[in-house]
Amino acid sequence: MKRPNPFKFRLYVAGDAPNSAQALANLRTLCRVHLPDRHQIEVVDVFREPKRALADRVFLTPTLVKLAPGATQIIVGTLSHTQTVLWALGLETLAP
Amino acid sequence: MKSVSSPVVKATAKAPTGIAGFDDITGGGLPCGRTTLLVGGPGSGKTILALQFLVHGAQACKEPGIFVAFEEASKRIEANAESFGWKLDELRRRKKLFFVDAQPVPDRVQSGDFDLGGMLAALEAQAREMGARRIVFDALNIVLALLPDAAAKRREIYRLHEWLLARELTGLITLQAGGDEAGAGSQKPFGFMQFMVDCAVILNHSVVQGVSQRNLRVQKYRGSSFDEDEAPFLIGKSGLEVAVARTPGRVDAKVSHERVSSGVERLDTMLGGGYYRGASVLITGSPGTAKTTLSGAFAEAACRRGERTLFVSFDSEYTEVIRNLASVGIQLNPYMKNGCLHMIPARTITGSAEIYLWRIKTLAKEHGARCLVIDPVYTWSKSGNEATAHSVVERLIDWSKADGITLLCTSLLDEMSGRTEGGSPLQISALADTWIHLNHLVQAGERNRGMSIIKSRGTAHSNQVRELILSDAGVTLTDTYTAGGEVLMGTLRWQKESADRVADEVDEVAEKLKRVRLDAEEAELEVRVKSLQVELEAKQAEKALLVRTMESRAGDLSRDRTRMGELRGADAAIPEPK
Repeated sequence: MKRPNPFKFRLYVAGDAPNSAQALANLRTLCRVHLPDRHQIEVVDVFREPKRALADRVFLTPTLVKLAPGATQIIVGTLSHTQTVLWALGLETLAP
Repeated sequence: MKSVSSPVVKATAKAPTGIAGFDDITGGGLPCGRTTLLVGGPGSGKTILALQFLVHGAQACKEPGIFVAFEEASKRIEANAESFGWKLDELRRRKKLFFVDAQPVPDRVQSGDFDLGGMLAALEAQAREMGARRIVFDALNIVLALLPDAAAKRREIYRLHEWLLARELTGLITLQAGGDEAGAGSQKPFGFMQFMVDCAVILNHSVVQGVSQRNLRVQKYRGSSFDEDEAPFLIGKSGLEVAVARTPGRVDAKVSHERVSSGVERLDTMLGGGYYRGASVLITGSPGTAKTTLSGAFAEAACRRGERTLFVSFDSEYTEVIRNLASVGIQLNPYMKNGCLHMIPARTITGSAEIYLWRIKTLAKEHGARCLVIDPVYTWSKSGNEATAHSVVERLIDWSKADGITLLCTSLLDEMSGRTEGGSPLQISALADTWIHLNHLVQAGERNRGMSIIKSRGTAHSNQVRELILSDAGVTLTDTYTAGGEVLMGTLRWQKESADRVADEVDEVAEKLKRVRLDAEEAELEVRVKSLQVELEAKQAEKALLVRTMESRAGDLSRDRTRMGELRGADAAIPEPK
């Protein structure tokens, strides 16, 4: 069942650098567990789209930007601390 | 774009910063294609130096640059740099300069490891597009502070360094020091960076005796010699200006044989024609010995020749100086009006000796000054660090000489009395070409001004003390007298002069009398000669008469005798019987 307010994510990665690869894996796991069927993930590889990183002022990789719902939220890092990420996304109540 | 053939050549290649003194210290600028670390406390001028380096590269070296701002928004940096006249806007439009706002987003959440890979990828694209050769990372410590531990910091510093080297960009990384990250632990990555980079520069902003002092020091420079001393600098109208004590190959380039008048005729004579053009003249003396007056006379003479002159007055308002000088016949007002003379009250300048020098240099340049008066120069020694002030005076002399400006400084010497004549407070007496000393001589209840030339390079000057007299007719120098080993001045000199004058008159009269007497004697003799002449003539006449009488008598006698014989019929053959 699809909720009316899906989570839109944009993840900036630096190619397949370890931190970036880990962040992407962590994000996918988190979405599968906590936001099934209510998320969209856009991956921006700054190696391929450097101008975009510059324009979006993304200098640290990996950087996750939550575009919706609500206010934009930026999370930097491999997203390894799930609790922190959930809290930042306002999903802490969903935590097990 | 700079074409560099091989990395080996690059080790010695320099990227000029356009900051004159700094390029002197480093032998040409920052190491080309290498990384330089610029460390300094808050407000020490890191950002300005970094930006100036980029601006110069973009404007003068065909080396476009990127400025990565971690601390301040680039808009603010640009606005702050507006006053330097660097035309950042135009450089940005021509894609010679690119600003990257890289301040960390304040409400960002951190979860797990991250790195600078994204930034470097973005910068790489930008650098390639604009052909950038220079890049500045301003306040890198801010981004390093985001990293969780020392290992991560090191890893990212290393990543950045490798990235710079691989792209052969001339990198300048600035780091804040002395602020809140004073803790030993957080200093570690900086220390590591100092070892890693090829060049490290430290900026220091301190307050010495209430006066702001900025100093710069090159800590290391791989593969190049450099000046290891601390050099004072200031942030001037067009950016950083680093003061180098002695510019190599300076001075003495323009040695002039031309003389310029001191404004006092007699002094010119004593100096063999005046001061040399481009010389530095020092006038010392205690308060009230007419130092300012001699300065004014010099300025007036310069303006009369039509030479633009700058007069820096430290002690009093220049309007007062003008009024006071007018009382001794030195008229500066007309030259103020026609713009030949520019007088500035130095009270309007505040700050260190560096600031003074810079202001004076700028003003002299703007005015096109050929003659410069600083009255007095000793005030500088009060401006913070005396050692720095000394080097400032040294540079003032070097600079004026190199520019062919004739410099006249006055200095107080009263604190020196009792000591040797060795030096004025700033030891400029050793540096000055001509040193004139004024003193007071108290004698017979009077205070008079004495003037002597202590030295004057390249001139056979008079060694005598002269009395300096100020009157509404101007400044005059007069001979002094010595009596019993003492120099006479003022009334005593006047008395001596009067006495001499009387003695002269007596002598003159005596001579006249003698001459008259001799004339009389001569006349008398002449009269006698005349009367004797007449007498002689009378005697001669008498004698002639006598001779004539005798002759006629002898003739008569012989005639009578003949007649008698005839009458007697005497035989001529028969002698007369007796």
